[in-house]
Amino acid sequence: MTVGRSASQWELGGRQWSSRLIAGTGGFRSLEQMEEALAAAGAEIVTVALRRVDPDAQGSVLDAIEKLGLFALPNTAGCFTARDAVRTARLAREAFGSEWIKLEVIGDDRTLYPDAVELLDAAETLVGEGFTVLPYTNDDPILARRLEQAGCAAVMPLGSPIGSGAGIRNPYNVAIIAERAEVPVILDAGIGTASDAALAMELGCDAVLAASSIFGAADPAAMARALRGAVESGHAARRAGRIPRRTHAEASTSYEGLPDLS
Amino acid sequence: MRIELNGEPRELAAGATLADAVRASGADEEARGVAVALDGEVVPRAAWDSTPLAEGAGVEVLAAIQGGAVDMTGCGFTPFRRIRR
Repeated sequence: MTVGRSASQWELGGRQWSSRLIAGTGGFRSLEQMEEALAAAGAEIVTVALRRVDPDAQGSVLDAIEKLGLFALPNTAGCFTARDAVRTARLAREAFGSEWIKLEVIGDDRTLYPDAVELLDAAETLVGEGFTVLPYTNDDPILARRLEQAGCAAVMPLGSPIGSGAGIRNPYNVAIIAERAEVPVILDAGIGTASDAALAMELGCDAVLAASSIFGAADPAAMARALRGAVESGHAARRAGRIPRRTHAEASTSYEGLPDLS
Repeated sequence: MRIELNGEPRELAAGATLADAVRASGADEEARGVAVALDGEVVPRAAWDSTPLAEGAGVEVLAAIQGGAVDMTGCGFTPFRRIRR
């Protein structure tokens, strides 16, 4: 876990950030709904993708992001091999004029789990080409360490499958990753609601990425606001230092001076 | 000249350049967030005008869209044709 200059500030890719909630921009019904939700999330970093040009597309996501003063983080969503991910990253650098890439190399489209072998291969290549690489990874502490050793600027373990809203299925692994990482740990994928985001921060993550949980909520802006509060509270609780879990009770009121009323 | 533009066969005039293919794709050439791959390799914007196309060339013209964690909305996509399942 990295500690920023203040309780709220943290460093990622050589820059200081205030918000610990990173938001996806996909899935919203309209750009207006997206803007409202991103503002409510208080996010500074938002993810974008590259797709074939649609001449009929209405409005520009980049214009909307710029209007809100946010940092667009391109991803390699939809790539199944290191080669395709590396090519997509190079295209993203050309399209966005940015070296930052959220690296996603998926093993299959049923689980959307990362392909560890291809992921590490792509990460090594992209770091070598000067990219700031933020890899979406399994909740595997060893793979996270290998990605860090490869020069990635952060590791982004999944809580549970993308879009599942199943929360953090292996909090022990996420805690192990956060405990030993010397780069920021960003919980990516699986957030369903506010308590999941708070747990991620309590486990020692530096930030949380939320996408489906926001755009899929009945009221996306309200959920974005809730997640923002949860991330802040979870981070504050982590810094406060929680009490250990015990099997039995431990009285908080002294037994001393107890009267004999029998 | 026949090329494959964003996955569709497309007829362009003989001697067409990559810039012609970008125009044919309907992309706003001036727009930020547009990137082009010729046979899988990125070609910088400054070189579009001077890059000739060969018969059967594969051109992908891409633009920024809204994207999430791994947003597979409208997917089945890959900018490259060979997906491993």
